[in-house]
Amino acid sequence: MSLTGTPIQAPLEEQPAGVDAAAANPKIEGRSTWQLAWARLRRDRAAVISAVVILIIILVAIFAPVFATITGHGVNEQFRTTGLNPEGLPVAPGKTFLLGTDDQGRDLLVRLAYGSRVSLEVGVLATLLTVAVGAVLGLAAGYLGGIVDTIVARLVDLVLSLPYLLFAISLVSISHPGMRIVIIVIVVFGWAAVARIIRGQVLSIREKEFIEAARSLGASSWRIMFVEILPNVMAQLIVYATLLIPVSIVAEASLSFLGLGIPPPTADWGQMLAEAESIYQQAWWFIVFPGAALLITTLAFNILGDGVRDALDPRIDRL
Amino acid sequence: MSGDVILSLTDVVKHFPVQSGSIRRNKDVVHAVDGVTLEVRHGETLGLVGETGCGKSTLARCITRLFDLTSGQIVFDGKDISTLKARDMRPLRREMQMIFQDPYGSLNPKRRVGSIISDPFAIHGLASGAERKRRVQEAMELVGLNPEHYNRFPAEFSGGQRQRIGLARALALKPKLIVCDEPVSALDVSIQAQVLNLLADLQSQLGLTYIFISHDLSVVRHVSDRVALMYLGKIAELSPSEDLYEKPRHPYANALLSAVPTPDPAEAAKKKKIILVGDVPSPVHPPSGCRFHPRCPKAQQLCVDEDPELVARAGDQPSHLTACHFPVKSAEELITATPQIAEHERIVEPEAVSAETVSELIEKGAP
Repeated sequence: MSLTGTPIQAPLEEQPAGVDAAAANPKIEGRSTWQLAWARLRRDRAAVISAVVILIIILVAIFAPVFATITGHGVNEQFRTTGLNPEGLPVAPGKTFLLGTDDQGRDLLVRLAYGSRVSLEVGVLATLLTVAVGAVLGLAAGYLGGIVDTIVARLVDLVLSLPYLLFAISLVSISHPGMRIVIIVIVVFGWAAVARIIRGQVLSIREKEFIEAARSLGASSWRIMFVEILPNVMAQLIVYATLLIPVSIVAEASLSFLGLGIPPPTADWGQMLAEAESIYQQAWWFIVFPGAALLITTLAFNILGDGVRDALDPRIDRL
Repeated sequence: MSGDVILSLTDVVKHFPVQSGSIRRNKDVVHAVDGVTLEVRHGETLGLVGETGCGKSTLARCITRLFDLTSGQIVFDGKDISTLKARDMRPLRREMQMIFQDPYGSLNPKRRVGSIISDPFAIHGLASGAERKRRVQEAMELVGLNPEHYNRFPAEFSGGQRQRIGLARALALKPKLIVCDEPVSALDVSIQAQVLNLLADLQSQLGLTYIFISHDLSVVRHVSDRVALMYLGKIAELSPSEDLYEKPRHPYANALLSAVPTPDPAEAAKKKKIILVGDVPSPVHPPSGCRFHPRCPKAQQLCVDEDPELVARAGDQPSHLTACHFPVKSAEELITATPQIAEHERIVEPEAVSAETVSELIEKGAP
């Protein structure tokens, strides 16, 4: 290092210039929690892979009829001559039937593609409804308190103490089986957990000074709950929702497996597993492929859910 | 500065029930505010001082009707608001706003500043779209914020800037009265001065009336036209501020003022401090008579028996009110005075625990 060299540039000199440049930029905009979370999520490799897998499953569901067109096999079409061997058993995966056939000689691949529609529809719809009901009741119980809180708290206790399967069986038996009743069962049993989480959060948020500030401005309880408090519990809601989707998908599959869900002949993963149960020793593909589809879907949602939770956690700040 | 009364409180009382035991029995109450009567005139700043827990903030929340009163009357701008329901109170909130102590807690962290400041317009259905944004940015400029920061989040501002955001929100609807609940106590001293000067500028620009709550005596002296000193839920002394600081009459006021630090060390060495014994008694069981009697060096039997009224005492201006039977003439007399009341009525300084007793206690296994 020579003393006669070029003068050392003070690092300070650069900084004010940078600040000025920022101040001169008229489009100064803070990054919201969501923007930050999105940036973190994109760096999470497992979550990105899961998201891609989920995207593929969604595409398969949307373009299920394309599978039928390409293979030339209708979803409920029975191929008694080509789809079943002389003993009447399903044929193994091969050129005509890429993933084999089921016990009635139907193309397993086409049925799996159609089955993803039911799983995703139930998973998403049931989750949205569960979270919406739970959030509204949790907000009301936590913020309004008093009699509302007492009623909601008792309902939560009641729901959490009901035996799920017995209740589901009786609910289904008094109504028409189908997607609607499956969703209702999932929502009825799911909202209580959401309400409980949100209520706890609201109890601490309602003591913050900004709630008092809103009240002193004349804001209604309605406005305080949905404009002031809801954005502060949104992160928890989103995390819970992402983790609730696979739970709902499995719940739907279980109900269908027990014959309480989507009635045949509609293609459904849970129902396919139930049908495979008696002959899987002769036809392994009949149980492996629907099982794998269910496993991959729920796993992808679970990993994505974990990723979202980490991304929304302000304590993990990698940016 | 006109003399019209904008806000008058008559015997305002706020008690909070204390839940004791496993069964809900509301036997005990905290006497947070216990009979406060005062008037605030248009365009003035009324300082409200007192120790932590003396009921300043509770009184502020009674005035803005964030709390329901236990009893008493509040008249704001000629209208009795003491029993108004939330819905009927809403139109009046445009005229009466509040600034909060904690610049971090009083702004919703998940909302952009522009949206927070536009709340008053949204709640009262005033101005919309571009007009609303223009008025919000006007309010931001008024308090010295860069209107370009409209889309930022509260976390991106410093404490002083956040307090300006709170101020912009309070000013957005051009209210008549602003209740400032310790607006500068969470800020650095240099920032405190900025915010205080801003408050003063805005007052002369917009003709605002302030109720300024603080536990900082010098801040209150700087900003207030009149000062009310509170002790255990009651006003001990109410007077034009110079008068109170030059000639305090209540023994409590004397003791507090003697504790204000003096910047000049030579001056400080000369100054004699009045040391009060004990702590503030519990507001659940406040003392009888004059609330200050257990700690007062001048206490006499009358102080135990009778609650002194807040009136102008002999030799004072009519505007200088003191709630004391035996107002102080000079600070000197307090240092030499001895209370003339029964022993059990007084708070006695707890005996100093010697090192020996501590080791004895440890041997006995006491906590």
